Amino acid sequence: MLLIECPWCGPRDESEFAYGGEAHIVRPPDPANVSDEEWADYLFYRKNPLGDHQEQWQHASGCRRWFNAQRDTLTYQIERGYGIGEAAPGGEG
Amino acid sequence: MSSNTARRQSPLAAFMSRAEDDEAVGPAGVVISERPYLGHLNLRGDPADGEFMGAVERTLGFALPAAPNTVFCGEEVLALWLGPDEWLIITPQDGQGAVEDALNAALEGAVASVTDVTGGQTVINISGRNARDALDKGCTLDLHPRAFGERQCAQTLVAGVGVTLRWVDDTPSFDLVVRRSFAEHLALWLRDAALEYGAAVG
Repeated sequence: MLLIECPWCGPRDESEFAYGGEAHIVRPPDPANVSDEEWADYLFYRKNPLGDHQEQWQHASGCRRWFNAQRDTLTYQIERGYGIGEAAPGGEG
Repeated sequence: MSSNTARRQSPLAAFMSRAEDDEAVGPAGVVISERPYLGHLNLRGDPADGEFMGAVERTLGFALPAAPNTVFCGEEVLALWLGPDEWLIITPQDGQGAVEDALNAALEGAVASVTDVTGGQTVINISGRNARDALDKGCTLDLHPRAFGERQCAQTLVAGVGVTLRWVDDTPSFDLVVRRSFAEHLALWLRDAALEYGAAVG
């Protein structure tokens, strides 16, 4: 059982959460003027790191808010969640 | 039946009436009952907006709870924190219309919404000395009084059903706000979970 810390509700069981993929993906501000490669990168290409990974989660069965969390993909250790507009711990994103 | 008489049936009417046939075996460790027909209003607005918070406070007579997962119990009306900009207002039976009208009038022009969700949910109460043991079988929250006590509520899953759980008193007693279509399943599950402690319905 994973305990995930919702920034609002505190630590809750993982069954209450929905995973939302990698965090900090920014839509190109002018989609009409990006190359196919840049557009494909935005749509399809994701990091697959061994170690710290910034991802989006939703406290689906709780307060229903989206937030970001940093998860270690090796140990599954999840750091405290942070706000959707905030910078990742360690300055990434 | 006159055509003007609205016939209504609470989501747990069948569950409660069948339970009358149950034979009580010894003192019940868990008592399950429904609090039917309470008024439920979903209120949304920005807690940083003084105008919104002030208007609600003047209307309800108390300030909305700002701390996550807390409840304010007014004399008749309860306000439960559901999210950083969302609350559940629970009123006495048939009281939701008056509260909704008063809130709408007070919030005229403000960025806020008041939605009557009375028909969509009901409240199951579970109390008795083993109420916590029965709930623990299907709920991942720590319900020990140190962790979940007075003025606290939480939205969570009980037996896979999304509920808003509220501490009521030290009996212990808890209210579960549940969507009406899940209510009978949850009540039956709770009764089953409570059987080993002696379960009573009503």
